[in-house]
Amino acid sequence: MQASDDDAGATAEMVARRSYGKLVAVLASRHCDLAAAEDALADAFAAALRAWPISGTPENPEAWLLTVARRRQADDARRKSTQQGAERHLAMLSDELETSREGMDHDAIPDRRLGLMFACAHPAIDANVRTPLILQTILGFDAKDIAGAFLVSPTAMSQRLVRAKAKIKHARISFSIPDPDVLPERLDHVLDAVYACFTAGWSDAFSLDSGPNDLSGEAVWLGRMLVKLLPDHPATSGLLALMLFAEARRRARRDPEGRFVPLSKQDVALWDVGKIEEGNSLLRAALANGELERFQLMAAIQSAHVARCATGRTDWPAIVLLYDALYSLTQSPVVAINRAMAIGEDKGWSAGLDALASAEVDQAIFQYQPYWATKAELLGRAGDRDGMGEAFRMAVALSDDAAVRVYLEQRRQYFLDAVAS
Amino acid sequence: MQYLLLIHSEEGAFERLPKDVAAKGMADYEAYTEALRKAKILISSNRLRPSAVSSTVRYEGDKVRVKDGPFAETKEQIGGYYLIDVPDLDAALKWAGKCPGARHGAVEVRPVWG
Repeated sequence: MQASDDDAGATAEMVARRSYGKLVAVLASRHCDLAAAEDALADAFAAALRAWPISGTPENPEAWLLTVARRRQADDARRKSTQQGAERHLAMLSDELETSREGMDHDAIPDRRLGLMFACAHPAIDANVRTPLILQTILGFDAKDIAGAFLVSPTAMSQRLVRAKAKIKHARISFSIPDPDVLPERLDHVLDAVYACFTAGWSDAFSLDSGPNDLSGEAVWLGRMLVKLLPDHPATSGLLALMLFAEARRRARRDPEGRFVPLSKQDVALWDVGKIEEGNSLLRAALANGELERFQLMAAIQSAHVARCATGRTDWPAIVLLYDALYSLTQSPVVAINRAMAIGEDKGWSAGLDALASAEVDQAIFQYQPYWATKAELLGRAGDRDGMGEAFRMAVALSDDAAVRVYLEQRRQYFLDAVAS
Repeated sequence: MQYLLLIHSEEGAFERLPKDVAAKGMADYEAYTEALRKAKILISSNRLRPSAVSSTVRYEGDKVRVKDGPFAETKEQIGGYYLIDVPDLDAALKWAGKCPGARHGAVEVRPVWG
């Protein structure tokens, strides 16, 4: 069957979203060479876009891409005439054979993503680049997007990423689950990256219909693997609980017309009770372990929000207390923004606006869309018609999601009408 | 994969140690070297004489100039090295952590080109 260019492109894009990290991890694991694996995979995707419109989309696109990418790696090794090149060539050939033995079974492609994430989280890698490196290699994010999320310049970020990949390759940091004695110190960066993967999939889902293989689903899956690896670890359980609480509300986030629905307006009948219960039991187990850390607190905040489906009301004082604890732990401007909104709900809108000022210590916050969206909402509720105009303009301008822009425009109009009447 | 473990430490500190402590230090190094040898990962190792007897050579224009002393005049100098062959960085770091040099100084783990 012939597939159109569009079909081939759509399949390639879906595979890139679903399996990028899995393929990079497999391709890079033997020689710890991430840059070469990424190049080979990029070539394989380019080949797919040429071949698939003519030959049709293969039954197992991942295996197809893996075979082509490994052949490319083998060719590269062949071109090197050194002894090391010969050894690499033999290794690559055996990888190629392994792929053909694996045949067309997608599940047979070994999952080395956890090993790759722990390599990126290695203490021999500059601490500032560990989480971005995981994001790039597991998710295929480019340096520009990552730089935006980490509030640094794209050039600086790509230099850091290149340097880190060279270190992994030349110092041979292997893709393995670390020994228990050193595992905890590397875990934080891995958890950060899994959570970033989850949130990336989460905001993405506004504009794209997400099937079972979207980024958020992948993050939950990685979270489950980590919990299996470290069953009694509070942060790991906390993170999985946090993601499950958010996943539970997935269907309620958009109305039937695809419009954005904020948490406070969501129909609780659409929430997934099974996921909420699973989240609560993970959270209880994590809290029983004593030590309180950020993912548990974030999960507890979500748990308090979703408790509305049992109680019919939101316990804002409890949520403010949890945000206070989270803010004193992290000092994060992002947390300060959410805390300000909760304080607004609990103690009044001007108190919320005062709390928002604590997020303004870093200039970078003024480039951050949620800051302006929160400020606009707080000013609107406080009835500050003049003040809210700029905040709404900035929130709309900084949003890359059409559904959110529409929602913000509606809110602005709503506040204008409320003031007028 | 080969790694060079470079032991950086304060020069002359060893010589100032009381005799029994110095003897203990030497015994620690001998035991460590023996452990590397038993693990069959040691390629070579040496203690280096102080940087005061070091000479540094470089061209100035088209003339070779020899300078008395080390490349960099710092308080801490390379006092010895181990060249080892292990599967990956984690293994190298683990061995570096066992090196007595990591206690009285610092051990730099440098991958060998190749």
